[in-house]
Amino acid sequence: MPAALPPALLADHVTKRFQVGRRKPPVIAVDDVSLRIERGEVYGILGANGGGKSTLIRLFSTLLTLDSGTVEVFGHDIERDEMAVKRHINRVSVDAAFFKKLSPAENLAYAARLYGLEVGAARREAVRILARLGIAESRLGRPLEQMSRGMQQKVAIARAILTSPSLLLLDEPTTGLDPRSRLDVQSYVEELRRSHEITVILTTHDLAEAERLCDRIGILDRGRLVAEGTPAELRMRVAAEKGLPPTMESVFMAYTGRSLDEDVEEGEAEEPG
Amino acid sequence: MTPPPRAARSAFRREAGASVAFIARNVHLVRRYWGWEMAFMVYAIAGAMSIALIGLDQGSQELVFSLMIGAVFWNYLSTVFSVIAEQIAWERWEGTLEYTMMAPVRRLSQLLGSTLFAVLYGLLHTTVVLLALVLFFGLDLSGADFGAAAVFMIAGSASVVGIGMMAAILPLIYVERGSQMTFVLQSLLLLVSGVYYSVEILPDWMQVLARFSPFTYVLEGVRQALIHGTPIDAQLDLLWPLVVMAALFIPLGIRVFGAAERYAKRTGKLKRVG
Repeated sequence: MPAALPPALLADHVTKRFQVGRRKPPVIAVDDVSLRIERGEVYGILGANGGGKSTLIRLFSTLLTLDSGTVEVFGHDIERDEMAVKRHINRVSVDAAFFKKLSPAENLAYAARLYGLEVGAARREAVRILARLGIAESRLGRPLEQMSRGMQQKVAIARAILTSPSLLLLDEPTTGLDPRSRLDVQSYVEELRRSHEITVILTTHDLAEAERLCDRIGILDRGRLVAEGTPAELRMRVAAEKGLPPTMESVFMAYTGRSLDEDVEEGEAEEPG
Repeated sequence: MTPPPRAARSAFRREAGASVAFIARNVHLVRRYWGWEMAFMVYAIAGAMSIALIGLDQGSQELVFSLMIGAVFWNYLSTVFSVIAEQIAWERWEGTLEYTMMAPVRRLSQLLGSTLFAVLYGLLHTTVVLLALVLFFGLDLSGADFGAAAVFMIAGSASVVGIGMMAAILPLIYVERGSQMTFVLQSLLLLVSGVYYSVEILPDWMQVLARFSPFTYVLEGVRQALIHGTPIDAQLDLLWPLVVMAALFIPLGIRVFGAAERYAKRTGKLKRVG
């Protein structure tokens, strides 16, 4: 019998602390989180602002080191085999990270070379992806700073997809986008999972988006994974255990102790990043 | 286990392509900021001319030559230094630092690409400044030993690259103050390296610092080669410190950069924008 393939991501008792001041105790951003995400799954991470979602994504992206615990991506240890993990992943963050003076074509050529792709072929693939997201090829030569945030985010998604990641990390990819752009991105993620062998980890504040896109959802509260399940399971659980209406809003309130409105307001008041 | 030749070639091609990524990206950035590039070029030419004119004012052709070499080669070496040293600060400023650090690229390839761009950019910039000055002052370079000057340029570039790599860690580990520290370091190199005067006029403690600056040896060696036509074999006492510094500083720079990256990943300093 062939050996079972390792899961897309396996996190085991992961903890990350940050020292924010010399005399203050360290802040625990991620606290003993264990996760198993299967190949082809879309896994959502919900949680309040400061709950540890982005830190967890950064840990999976090799941008932070683990204080304790282990993470494996497709069987590769994230610390011992960092380069292999990097070849499997790509990430789209809430703020499209580009050289804004450069055009999408120039930024995409930079990405293609970093990932060992042939620039011409990468450009053709990017044109195809961007056309699907509603951006014409004629826009590729103008500086990114002349594009709307929604368009920049679509270019960021194209940049990530053209490297054919096996694990795509989407860190609030639709936050701040207009409804049309948000819908375009959500439809594209749905299309991706149908057409590509790709696993997606998605953090979002949009509960409808999480319910629409995710096979399973994990809820982080103050760095701890406090609940996990399919959207339907989570809704039923809060209805049965806490007597709340079976909605994702109830799930969020029940496990984070706050409403989404409170969280968004607080998030808007916080310094971005 | 030794990788098979095909895999090794493929890995080499991938890393070489990554180095090209940094060169091409920076060329694109220079093109997009061409207005500022022109402005900096005019400023560099005007600055070098103003300094060299002090020699003309003093009625000394040799002083004109010496000051011009100081201005031109400081321009080159400081350009190489700052392009390498500020690569992290630029990425932090643009918000792309995490994207670049997440890419499957060895840091050596990144540093190599940045270094090659810095040297090419510095050479181009400096050639234009040098041509403008030679035409303006009508200097006679018939007795110059260009070969010896080139050797000092190459050896000097290598040692400056090493210091640049070490300086590049400052913006990596000090988010708010790193770029300022790099700028101060560059200012100190200007002060102690005898760019416009002999290091012998400096206080003793500054002369000690001058011995550790590769700029000191490059400028003295190039002056000897271009003004007096001194061949390289007569300047070995100036050349060997540069070779030693290059041999020490480049591997040290790569190691220190790696250690700084690990520190930044442990403390979360890749994320923050200064």
